[in-house]
Amino acid sequence: MIRLTAITRTFYMGDQTVYALNNINLHIASGEYVSIMGPSGSGKSTLLNIIGLLDKPDSGNYELDNKLITDLSETEQAQIRREKIGFVFQSFHLVPRLTAAENIELPLILSGMPPAQRQLRVNDALQAFELTPRAHHRPSELSGGQRQRVAIARATIMRPSVILADEPTGNLDHQIGAEVMLLLENLHHGGTTLIIVTHDRELGARAHRQIAMRDGKILTDQTDDAH
Amino acid sequence: MTLTDTLHTSLKSVMSYRVRSLLIILAMALGVAAVVVLTALGDGARNYVVNQFSSIGTNLLVVLPGRAETSGAFLGAVLGQTPRDLTLKDAQLLGRLPQVRRYAPLNVGAAELSAANRLREVTVLGSTAHLIPIRHMKLAQGSFLAHGTERSAQIVLGVKIANEFFPRSQAVGQRVRLGDSRFLVSGVLASQGESMGYNTDEIVIIPIDYAQAMFNTTSLFRILVEAKSHSEIESAKQAILASLRQSHDGEDDATVITQDAILNTFDRILHALTLAVAGIAAISLLVAGILIMNVMLVAVNQRTEEIGLLKAIGATSTDIHRLFFAEAVWLTLVGAILGFLLGEFGSLLLRLTYPQLPAWAPAWAAIAGISVALVTGILASILPASQAARLDAVQALSKK
Ligand SMILES: Nc1ncnc2c1ncn2[C@@H]1O[C@H](COP(=O)(O)OP(=O)(O)OP(=O)(O)O)[C@@H](O)[C@H]1O
Ligand SMILES: [Mg+2]
Repeated sequence: MIRLTAITRTFYMGDQTVYALNNINLHIASGEYVSIMGPSGSGKSTLLNIIGLLDKPDSGNYELDNKLITDLSETEQAQIRREKIGFVFQSFHLVPRLTAAENIELPLILSGMPPAQRQLRVNDALQAFELTPRAHHRPSELSGGQRQRVAIARATIMRPSVILADEPTGNLDHQIGAEVMLLLENLHHGGTTLIIVTHDRELGARAHRQIAMRDGKILTDQTDDAH
Repeated sequence: MTLTDTLHTSLKSVMSYRVRSLLIILAMALGVAAVVVLTALGDGARNYVVNQFSSIGTNLLVVLPGRAETSGAFLGAVLGQTPRDLTLKDAQLLGRLPQVRRYAPLNVGAAELSAANRLREVTVLGSTAHLIPIRHMKLAQGSFLAHGTERSAQIVLGVKIANEFFPRSQAVGQRVRLGDSRFLVSGVLASQGESMGYNTDEIVIIPIDYAQAMFNTTSLFRILVEAKSHSEIESAKQAILASLRQSHDGEDDATVITQDAILNTFDRILHALTLAVAGIAAISLLVAGILIMNVMLVAVNQRTEEIGLLKAIGATSTDIHRLFFAEAVWLTLVGAILGFLLGEFGSLLLRLTYPQLPAWAPAWAAIAGISVALVTGILASILPASQAARLDAVQALSKK
């Protein structure tokens, strides 16, 4: 479902040229669980942003569900982000003045869903992520693990086919990080494609397919047979 | 994103930045309130003056000696000429003009009034019976120079003077002395209060012949003329001028002022003044607009992360644009409505404090104030909103 062909992404910093992605070829099938690892600055986030349609490659083709993304208008790309992709970030990115429930509701509002239906969906999500007692708390009143649970609930509320998680446990301690990983893996068990960027070898090893990057290139790409 | 959701979401963020929003709303509200109150004041003053002028008579023309044009008067003075006086004969001639319903010659002076052991100086109007209806005065009691008594020594007292001299008894029928002559009190004016310069409650009116004798003059101070109808005012003026020119050997040495012309002039001047103060007040709305733009720009900067996040979860640039635009519209709308109410309240206070001043803001001013506020607010939000919509999602999200 995700097919990247000869993708490059270059940044120009003054007279310096940074090849964040350098001729990336990658195919990820529906329902896969992929981890992307590599040293800082190797291009992991850039790759994830391009897969998530937040960033555009300078050259190369990106096909998502057999549609060439570069042909789509800005509005159509926003619609794909809304309906097919769920982002989970290291620093949560919750809107501070909104409650947990309101943060989770945001994608539904953007999609134009009627309020009554939104309410039902949000309540289900709050329950699924054990956030019901915290529904009306603001992010500042939540623990790190709770914040990431709200973020994951928000990322999944539209029932996307792909979850993109950029170091989702980076701001959490080990124990809480493991709980968050279990939540994400649960989504994967439900059929969602899961792509995780991480520095943590142990976490990376849990994925069925492990991609290692360096200097904007894919170094290794191995799939566990065990799974 | 639906329109309802856009409005609701933006309203929520307006409400969550409470202090910021209140300050903007206040700035907007004060601007609109200033427009409303100042135009209410200006228009109130205009109506007050117009009412005052209307109350002195209907279809009134005032004839006075001398040319009104400065150049003519100057030339006359240089040549050693003094304008010819207006006389009772002139007045009688004017009374025969077909456009004239009635006329009243007028002399004004001061004399000592004494009766019942009291003495005071009063303003004396000398005229005929027609003065009372022409000047819209009313008699509370008695009459003035009623038919058949045109030549008798009658005097009409202003209500205050009547009460002063005859606090316990009926004034009508009493004898008084004015200057060196004796008069019979024939009537008392109804209370009118201050009107165009003098207080009709403190004057006395005597027949014109007695006044001219008392002040030792044959000339008139003014001739008041009432035209038969509003449409005949202008032709009456021309006829009066022509008639006076003829009897004054072809000299144009009298001036006719119509009540209508004065009214129009005051109306125009005060309307222009109202517009001017409204314009000045509107400047404060522009200042409020700049404030909105500044605050919205700061808000976009502060909420960069939020904007990036919205894009990541599927908001289009149009959604972001509309959200920030709607925030500005909420702020201006609430500010404008609040300002309108504040302005109306201010006008009410003005009317309560100065009951004679009809300080109502004209509808155009309220509408213009609110529209200018909305337009400035909307214009001020264009730049910040498009800046927000243009933000690059990845950079916005990585900004810390
Ligand atoms: N907006 C940008 N402008 C300039 N250079 C950029 C920009 N974004 C990324 N880069 C550069 O591109 C390269 C890849 O960045 P990227 O964020 O993808 O790395 P990463 O693998 O996610 O690193 P980390 O593990 O530290 O998050 C880096 O050298 C980075 O400096
Ligand atoms: Mg990164």
